[in-house]
Amino acid sequence: MTEKIITKKEVEYVAELAKLEFNEEEKEEFTSQLNSILDYFKKLNELDTERVEPTAYVISMPNLLNEDKVKPSLPQDEVLFNSKYVKKGYFKVPRIM
Amino acid sequence: MTLNQLTAHEAINLIKKKRITAYEIMQDIFNQIDKVDNLIKAFLVINREEALKQAKEIDKKVKNGEKLPPLAGVAVAIKDIIATRGTETTCGSKILKGFIPPYNATVINRLREAGAIIIGKTNMDEFAMGSSTENSAFGPTYNPWDLERVPGGSSGGSSAAVAADETFVALGTDTGGSIRQPASLCGMVGLKPTYGRVSRYGLVAYASSLDQIGPIAKDVTDCALVMKVISGHDNMDSTSVNLEVPDYLKSCQEGIKDLKVGVPKEYFIEGIDPEVKGALDKALKIFEKLGAKIEEASLPHTEYSLPTYYLIATAEASSNLARYDGVQYGYRAEEYEDLSSMYQKTRSEGFGSEVKRRIMLGTYALSSGYYDAYYLKAQKVRTLIKEDFDKVFSKYDILITPTSPTPAFKLNEKVSDPLTMYLSDIYTIPINLAGIPAISLNCGYSKGNLPIGLQIIGKHFSEETILRAAFNFEQNNGVEKKKPSIKPAKHKEAKK
Repeated sequence: MTEKIITKKEVEYVAELAKLEFNEEEKEEFTSQLNSILDYFKKLNELDTERVEPTAYVISMPNLLNEDKVKPSLPQDEVLFNSKYVKKGYFKVPRIM
Repeated sequence: MTLNQLTAHEAINLIKKKRITAYEIMQDIFNQIDKVDNLIKAFLVINREEALKQAKEIDKKVKNGEKLPPLAGVAVAIKDIIATRGTETTCGSKILKGFIPPYNATVINRLREAGAIIIGKTNMDEFAMGSSTENSAFGPTYNPWDLERVPGGSSGGSSAAVAADETFVALGTDTGGSIRQPASLCGMVGLKPTYGRVSRYGLVAYASSLDQIGPIAKDVTDCALVMKVISGHDNMDSTSVNLEVPDYLKSCQEGIKDLKVGVPKEYFIEGIDPEVKGALDKALKIFEKLGAKIEEASLPHTEYSLPTYYLIATAEASSNLARYDGVQYGYRAEEYEDLSSMYQKTRSEGFGSEVKRRIMLGTYALSSGYYDAYYLKAQKVRTLIKEDFDKVFSKYDILITPTSPTPAFKLNEKVSDPLTMYLSDIYTIPINLAGIPAISLNCGYSKGNLPIGLQIIGKHFSEETILRAAFNFEQNNGVEKKKPSIKPAKHKEAKK
C-alpha cells in the first residue's frame, strides 16, 4: 500500500491554484493517481545533487536581445476575432471588483 | 501505383521533368484521403480547395519554365499544435475548438516559400500530452498497420497520414518522444532536431525547454529535404540558434566507415520486447558491415529520466497552459458566478483528464514548500543526464538504441494507468532533456507485421551525422519495403 504523499485536501488546494475544479469521484481518483506518480518520483532522492547546478536551458547560447524598434503588430480586429464576448474593442469578462 | 504512394523527392523530380503535374498528385492524395481516412482518422481539417489551387499555381510555374522552389508540389500535413493562419488550430483540445490563428508559425511560412502545399491539420494527443493519440478530444487515430492499434503519440495523426500515403510528409512535434515514437510505431522516419535548430514561433507551447518541431517522412531523403527548409535562426524565437543550416541532403551521401557507435547498455533491460531486441541486434550487424565501429556505452542516469521529465515538463506545462482562461479565444463556460469560477469552469470543462493531471502535477511541483524537493531537484538531475551524454559523445559519434520498447500496442491497453503509458517513452525522453537530436527509422517488422523502430542519437547540432548514419542504414539494411494494407478486422463481433 502506497504511503500517502499528497492528501485530498492538498489536491483541493492545488486545484484552486490551477483554477481547476473536480467532483468528489475525480478528487479521489486524482489523489490516488498523483500519489502513485509522486511515489515513483521519490527515486530522484537516490541521487546526491548538492553540488550540481540546475539546467534550465540546454544549449549554451547567450541571451539574445532585439533592437528596441517598433514593428507592425496585429490589427485590433484580428486580435478580437476569436472571441464572441467583445464590445467596443474590449474583451468582456465578468466583473472583477 | 498511384501518385500519392511516391516519396516527396520522387514527386519533385517527376514534376520538374514534366512527367506529372502537381494537380494530378493532389488529386491522388485527396482520393487516398477520401478512401482511407474514415478508417484511420488522421486528419482534423482538410484544405482541399486551397491545396488544389496552389497545385495549379505550381503547374503554371512549370509551364512558364520558371525555377521551382525546393519542395514544389509536395503535400505536407501539419500537426494541429502548429499555428496556421486562417485554418482552425485546436491542439486536439475542446478548449481551442474553433480557434483560428491570425498568423502562421515560422515553419509554415518557410514550407510555403519552398513551394510545399499544406493539405490539412492532423490529430494529436491533447496539447501534445500522450503517447498514443488516445487523448485527443476528437477521438483517436488508428494505426494503418493494424486498425485495432494505436499509431503512437502525440504526433499520431501526422505519422499515420504519412504511413497511409495520405500525404508525402508531415510535421510533428517532440517534447518527450512525440515525433520519434509514432514514427517508429508506423514504420516511418521521424527526426527531432537539436533544441533551437527549428523555430518554435507559432508552436503552441507544452514544455518550452523541451519542445521541438520536426519532420515525419517516408524515407531519410525526404526527411533531410524538409529539415533543410524548416531549420534556421528566427528572430521571433529567442531560443532559436543562429547557426548555419548545412546541406543535409548532400551530407547523407557520404559513407559511415569508421563511424564510432555507442550502444547504451541501460536501454536493453527488462521490459524490452524480444522482437525489438532481435531487430536491433540485426541492425547493429548491418552498421558493422558498413564499417562502423560498435561498442557498449553507458548512460548511468537513464533510470532517472522519466521522473525528471515528468516533473520538468508538467511544471512548464502548468505555466504554459495558464493562458487558457476563456477570455480572449477558445472555449468559455456558459454558466459561472464570477471571474474566478469562469476560469475554473472553462478550464475544467475545456481540458481533458490527462491535461488536467499534468497541470495538477506541475502546479504541485512548483508550489511553495515543494519547489526545492521536486522541480529544482529535477533540474539538477537534468544536468547529470546531460553530462552522461556529453561524456559518451567525447568518445562516440552516435548512439544507437531502440525507439520504443514494444511495437504498436492496442487501443485502450494503457489508458487506465498513466504510469504504464509514460513508460512507452523511456528511450526517447532522455534525448529531450539533453536537447540533442535523434532520428527514428524502420529496422524491421514483428511477427504480427508491426514496424519496429531504431533510434540514432547525436550530439548537439549533429543532424548531418545522424542523417548520414540513417541514410546508409536505410540503403543497405535489406528490410523489405512494405506498405500497410489498411484493412478493417475481418471477423468483428456483431454489435449487440
